[in-house]
Amino acid sequence: MRVNVTVNGVPRRADDVWEGESLLFVLRERLGLPGAKNACEQGECGSCTVYLDGVPVCACLVAAGQAEGREVRTVEGLADGGALDPVQEAFIEAGAVQCGFCTPGLVVAAHDLLARVPDPSDPEIREALAGNLCRCTGYEKILDAVRLAARRARS
Amino acid sequence: MSPNPAELTSVVGGVGTSPHRPDAILKVRGEFAYASDLWHEDMIWGATLRSPHPHARIVSIDLSDALLVPGVHAVLTHEDVPGRNIYGLERADQPVLAEDVVRYQGEPVALVAADHPETALRAMKRIKVGYEVLTPVVDMESALGDTPLHPGGNLVRHVPIRRGDPDARAAVVVTGRYEVGMQDQAFLGPESGLAVPAEDGGVDLYVATQWLHVDQAQVATALGLPPALVRLTLSGVGGAFGGREDLSMQVHACLLALRTGKPTKMVYNREESFYGHVHRHPAVLHYEHGADRDGKLVHVKARIYLDGGAYASSTPAVVANAATLGVGPYVVDNVSIDAWGVYTNNPPCGAMRGFGAVQAAFAYESQMDRLAEALGMDPVDLRIANAMSEGSAMPTGQVVDSAAPVARLLELVRDKPLPPTGTDLLDLPGGVANTTHGEGVVRGVGYAVGIKNIGFSEGYDDYSTARVRLQVVGGEPVALAHTAACEVGQGLVTIVQQIVRTELGVTRVTVLPMDTSIGSAGSTSASRQTYVTGGAVRAACAAVKARLAELAAGRHVDDLAALLGDEVVDETAEWRHRPTEPIDPVTGQGNAHVQYGFAAHRAVVDVDVELGLVKVVELDCAQDVGRALNPQAVLGQIQGGTAQGLGLAVMEEIRTTGGVVRNPSFTDYLIPTALDMPPMRIDVLELADPNAPYGLRGVGEPPTISSTPAVVAAIRAATGRALNRVPVRPEHITSTERPRGAPA
Ligand code: FES
Ligand code: FES
Repeated sequence: MRVNVTVNGVPRRADDVWEGESLLFVLRERLGLPGAKNACEQGECGSCTVYLDGVPVCACLVAAGQAEGREVRTVEGLADGGALDPVQEAFIEAGAVQCGFCTPGLVVAAHDLLARVPDPSDPEIREALAGNLCRCTGYEKILDAVRLAARRARS
Repeated sequence: MSPNPAELTSVVGGVGTSPHRPDAILKVRGEFAYASDLWHEDMIWGATLRSPHPHARIVSIDLSDALLVPGVHAVLTHEDVPGRNIYGLERADQPVLAEDVVRYQGEPVALVAADHPETALRAMKRIKVGYEVLTPVVDMESALGDTPLHPGGNLVRHVPIRRGDPDARAAVVVTGRYEVGMQDQAFLGPESGLAVPAEDGGVDLYVATQWLHVDQAQVATALGLPPALVRLTLSGVGGAFGGREDLSMQVHACLLALRTGKPTKMVYNREESFYGHVHRHPAVLHYEHGADRDGKLVHVKARIYLDGGAYASSTPAVVANAATLGVGPYVVDNVSIDAWGVYTNNPPCGAMRGFGAVQAAFAYESQMDRLAEALGMDPVDLRIANAMSEGSAMPTGQVVDSAAPVARLLELVRDKPLPPTGTDLLDLPGGVANTTHGEGVVRGVGYAVGIKNIGFSEGYDDYSTARVRLQVVGGEPVALAHTAACEVGQGLVTIVQQIVRTELGVTRVTVLPMDTSIGSAGSTSASRQTYVTGGAVRAACAAVKARLAELAAGRHVDDLAALLGDEVVDETAEWRHRPTEPIDPVTGQGNAHVQYGFAAHRAVVDVDVELGLVKVVELDCAQDVGRALNPQAVLGQIQGGTAQGLGLAVMEEIRTTGGVVRNPSFTDYLIPTALDMPPMRIDVLELADPNAPYGLRGVGEPPTISSTPAVVAAIRAATGRALNRVPVRPEHITSTERPRGAPA
């Protein structure tokens, strides 16, 4: 089948998509956007988090056909050109990136949290990020990054 | 001229500072190329057919239906392995593809390559393998007397340690039997790689691994090619923690690529990843501790069984660690330990962060608490009374010849103020599941301290190779560093840059991709890369500086760019840490280890004693790191290592029945989330080790070791339960039965 989807503001088309393919597979293997990751492909880890019509979803759980005609925003589309989104900057500065496999998903999840709750409490941050597994950091520096991005946005 | 040392320490981004990772921008933008992101024109996909049985004879394999599936390029079995169909990290005992017998569920039997991953899976399902199912050997304690699974029997290695008087008598004696479940590394980036056939008949493999050269040697042997024709380049690694030290898809992808002449990509999914790498050895540990009435340890006796599963992997070294580190960071004059690593038909086990020291620590720290209770002593006081220090002898007779601040680490975690009782629902056991508002919740506090050897032991020639090149680019001196040392997330690429900056006084340092075009760097494991590859990079910089001094001879130039001119200084150095010795096979005596690392934890938990739910409220740590080359990365290692220890304490276990894995998914194998990990307060000591580069001490593993027993000690304090097994599950807390092995 053919899938038409707007990705990071650009209309894209994928041909010869097999019905069983996920949005994640189409993004990674057909549209050249491997930013969303594939740590479980079962909706358990959040490494594939992207925005679908403005709502964060696990791209591995979205069938490619379900994305037809909709808007997807991936980690690659959070900032223009060479710029970084403040959340991305904060992840770098706080040391929240080790292997980085969880990072794209966490960056999108944190981006969404701060858009909804500009000044989240620690329990709110933990709750919002609980669907995103990280095996390297123990989450401490990821929390630091979210706090830092929130503080910067306020000042 | 060589740059003046006073300037060196002040160079921006040098040793002792926390510059940003060179790969961080790519990683936050989603542009860093992990092994599973690789793509090649004309690429095809490989898939692996695995045994559904833990133990079976292969009677027949019929590929004909699979070969008929349109889009299939190749279907291979052991008959298609051109070289030696047997490999292994320390001992070659594992087939690339099974021949007549399968020894664990998930063992690779056949390979398929096809133009779409789904096509490969469909074809794979059409391969017909006839099995004659055999009874699996699954109990590690009786495996030695059971059906032999390998020609030499089921013993992988036995390590005895004998020190002092075997008949020493103590006033107070406590015994216990402890169990450690099978933990998984659960790195997030699945096993993956891309093999590209080359015109010279060789193959280029881009892969996520921990040790390029040991992969290269094993792949070349299996392919029947000279190593020079098997070139490996590290692609982005999504975590490792020991699970990538053994081969997974490396040979398989190369076989398919060479057979089809097409670039072949293999990516495991999460379920396959659980079958595709070794795990932490499950263990059964029998301990006896004796002390005098003042709490001074008199003797420790232990029998330790480690389940190596179907193949040896690094079991021999894990057994040695469990034995040599088996009494923990304590002074004990009379020690008798036996540790056995055995073959079974359970999943193969090998390296995981902590490597044998984790299992022993759960037992010896549980014993220290039990002993404190028997003596009526405070558990921290008991530990401090027996703590080793610089100059103490290990049970191997090795004298610890640099800082061993065990007592101080314990004091640091003990003396922190205790956290207040939580007010938010998320602070309570059960969290937003809203299972309690505080009723039935009991707080407990527990302590533990651990010891880990850093680097490879027992006489292994443990070295690394580094090349540093210095030249002027655009009027500015620029350095380039090249090693084969695998960056797996820990931040070695940053450390390499920092060392070059400090040594050469240049700020612009580029780290080349890691590959096999340079000599081995050894494994990214055993907390050793900053030490050993760091040492090699520093040695290469010293050679560069010596060359600069030659250039400067008789001239007066005070600027590095002017001194270099058009000159390109390019030096390669091999560096090894001081030698270690094998241990005596009968007494276990010998200077087996290079360096020791220590960490201590205090855990504070709230337990809902009615439901058996645990909330770890705080998990503080103190660790000596010798010298923090990158303080931010050091904290990251302590936090991440602690989280993995918490996981083993309360949730992480691969559960098997008759050798069959019951939970190969992140739905059923749980790792800590942001809600499970508590805040941590961390004290980092920097007591330099004079033998190590910059005085550093390996950082990655010690925090994983003490966090598990600290959390369990806290749960015991809250519940009064014996809790002799990790992970602790709710039913262990609520059960009315006495847990197996608890003292009568
Ligand atoms: S890959 Fe989608 S949730 Fe894990
Ligand atoms: S940084 Fe490795 S999984 Fe999060």
